[in-house]
Amino acid sequence: MSVDVAIARDGGLDAELAEPGRRLRLPFSPWHLVLFPLAVIMLTPLLWMLVTSLETFAETQHFPPILIPHSLHWQNYPDALRAAPFGRWFLNTTIVTTIVVASNLLLCSLAGYAFARIKFFGREAVFMLIIATLMIPFQVIMIPTFLIVKRLGLLDSIGALMVPNLANAFGIFMLRQFFRTLPVELEEAARMDGASRLGVLFKIVLPLSGPALATLAVILFMWTWNDFLWPLIAIINNQDAVTLQLGLTQFQGAHTTQWNLLMAGNVMSMIPMLVLFFAAQRYFVRGIATTGLKG
Amino acid sequence: MADVRFVDVTKEFPGGTVAVDHLTLDVADGEFVILVGPSGCGKTTALRIVAGLEKPTSGRISIGGRVMNPVSPRDRDIAMVFQNYALYPHMTVYRNLAFGLREHHTPKHETDRRVRRVSAMLGLDDLLKRRPAQLSGGQRQRVAMGRALVREPKVFLLDEPLSNLDAKLRVQMRAELKRIHQAVGVTTIHVTHDQIEAMTLGDRVAVLCAGRLQQLGTPQDVYERPVNLFVAAFIGSPSMNLLRAGSSQGRLTAGGLALELGGFPEGELVVGLRPEALHLSNGLDSQPSIELEVDVVEPLGNETLVHGQVRAQAAAVGIDDEDVSTPVGAPSRLTGRPGDRAVITARLGAGDRPSPGERITLSVNPRDVHVFDPHTGLALGREGP
Repeated sequence: MSVDVAIARDGGLDAELAEPGRRLRLPFSPWHLVLFPLAVIMLTPLLWMLVTSLETFAETQHFPPILIPHSLHWQNYPDALRAAPFGRWFLNTTIVTTIVVASNLLLCSLAGYAFARIKFFGREAVFMLIIATLMIPFQVIMIPTFLIVKRLGLLDSIGALMVPNLANAFGIFMLRQFFRTLPVELEEAARMDGASRLGVLFKIVLPLSGPALATLAVILFMWTWNDFLWPLIAIINNQDAVTLQLGLTQFQGAHTTQWNLLMAGNVMSMIPMLVLFFAAQRYFVRGIATTGLKG
Repeated sequence: MADVRFVDVTKEFPGGTVAVDHLTLDVADGEFVILVGPSGCGKTTALRIVAGLEKPTSGRISIGGRVMNPVSPRDRDIAMVFQNYALYPHMTVYRNLAFGLREHHTPKHETDRRVRRVSAMLGLDDLLKRRPAQLSGGQRQRVAMGRALVREPKVFLLDEPLSNLDAKLRVQMRAELKRIHQAVGVTTIHVTHDQIEAMTLGDRVAVLCAGRLQQLGTPQDVYERPVNLFVAAFIGSPSMNLLRAGSSQGRLTAGGLALELGGFPEGELVVGLRPEALHLSNGLDSQPSIELEVDVVEPLGNETLVHGQVRAQAAAVGIDDEDVSTPVGAPSRLTGRPGDRAVITARLGAGDRPSPGERITLSVNPRDVHVFDPHTGLALGREGP
């Protein structure tokens, strides 16, 4: 990859050969010298998790830690699945995450579009208020949220995990900013062609907002899928409402922790996120929104 | 089809900019009217008011006799071609063309029939499956036209539709626009700052400056009988030569040029001479003449433009001045450089090619002289020969 870049900058391989030794060139960008160690630091915990998930319980207890297991103990995975209602947790997390992501994409689009394009009294003030809520840490509103959810009678059910998160300020902010970058003439043209405000949003604006929607979806998916603190508070006794992150703590006993099973469970809980991330990656590229305008 | 009426329309933007100032203008059914003026003169805003994309601060806008102020753009039954075309990038050409019909719930076979007809008319048949990104500038322009045509609207609004094309394509599309209008006959309002578009396309031309209508008339009218200094200076390319002049006892004197023209008030005046009003003198006729010291010669093939200096004082109008507080043609806008040498342009025959530095004598037919009041900017009626 980096080699390609170097060649391309020189106007092709021929140019490179025609003027040998014109300039000493690394076969990679100097930035890689910084990025590579950083990548190692980021990947180490993941690799360690993977390694631990393939060790026997005895190996996990060894000190100094065994970084290369004697054999790959795949049995941990079925054991982890059997040791706990993994399927139920997985299902709960999937339901909560899917609904939260879907509802955020819809509601944040609607709100973001209104803030981006529709003029109404108090628009800027309300928008600033929404932005301001981004500054408040969850820990501050945790107890009020708990009380509201309790009043709603949702406590100890997966409803409690979804309702407070159906829309969020970050999504509104992000989509508003993106919508404002779209050429307004497209929307004016659609309005003159007979589209309603909602028609403009759904037929013109959203199809051109693929990158923003994909990014927001991935971020929300990560937040919701990995959320631990709120499920810990909102789910009290109901074993049928336990999510993955909450459930995985059950491997941590008071006296011993089944590290190999816990890590096997962790690896499994990460897979959907990795799949989603790689699947959505190509949408992150800035879209085609301006290609209908003059050349 | 329908007529479009502006009745005392004013648009003031937040912050106090008056883009359109008490505009009253009637566009007849089927007429092709050009709104022309320098940038910032309010012509695009006027168009957007017709479209419903801007609400007038005061005044009335009506289409086909129906007051449109409270009507939303989608219900006005008008189509607009945007300066940057605004094609929907995620749709094919076919769907771009069909979008408006679908939004109006036109039956599918009817939609298809109309899209095919318009695409045949504009030569888009081979492009229907492409997306805007895969089209050239000229093709995008044609799709934008097609998207307006296919709707068969009551009124067409064209916002500088040719300004993003290269010169050759622009000439081609200009003729195409005229052909389309002749074929379809829809009421059309076309905004441009291009002289030639204004002169060639429209049935009538409305010249705007600082949000105010300066003159409305046929292209010929506006060219031959500009009502004030602004219109005189703006319409025509190269523009009219304006010289400061004095009038006394039936004589107009502008530097070295003396004209036997009576009937004008005594005192300061401005005379205007179109470049084609200046002829190379053969020294035999008795017409008034002025000596020109040639600076630059531009042979254009069918004619020759000669720029040079004459002994006279120039009077220039600040056309691109966006200051809306000064009335057009008022003394403060008359920005003649002091001195007794004025730069003027003459349009001579193809064979007349003086060389730079040469002194030539140009004669003027007094009938071709425009006279303006320097204080009000208004054209003054002429008498005499």
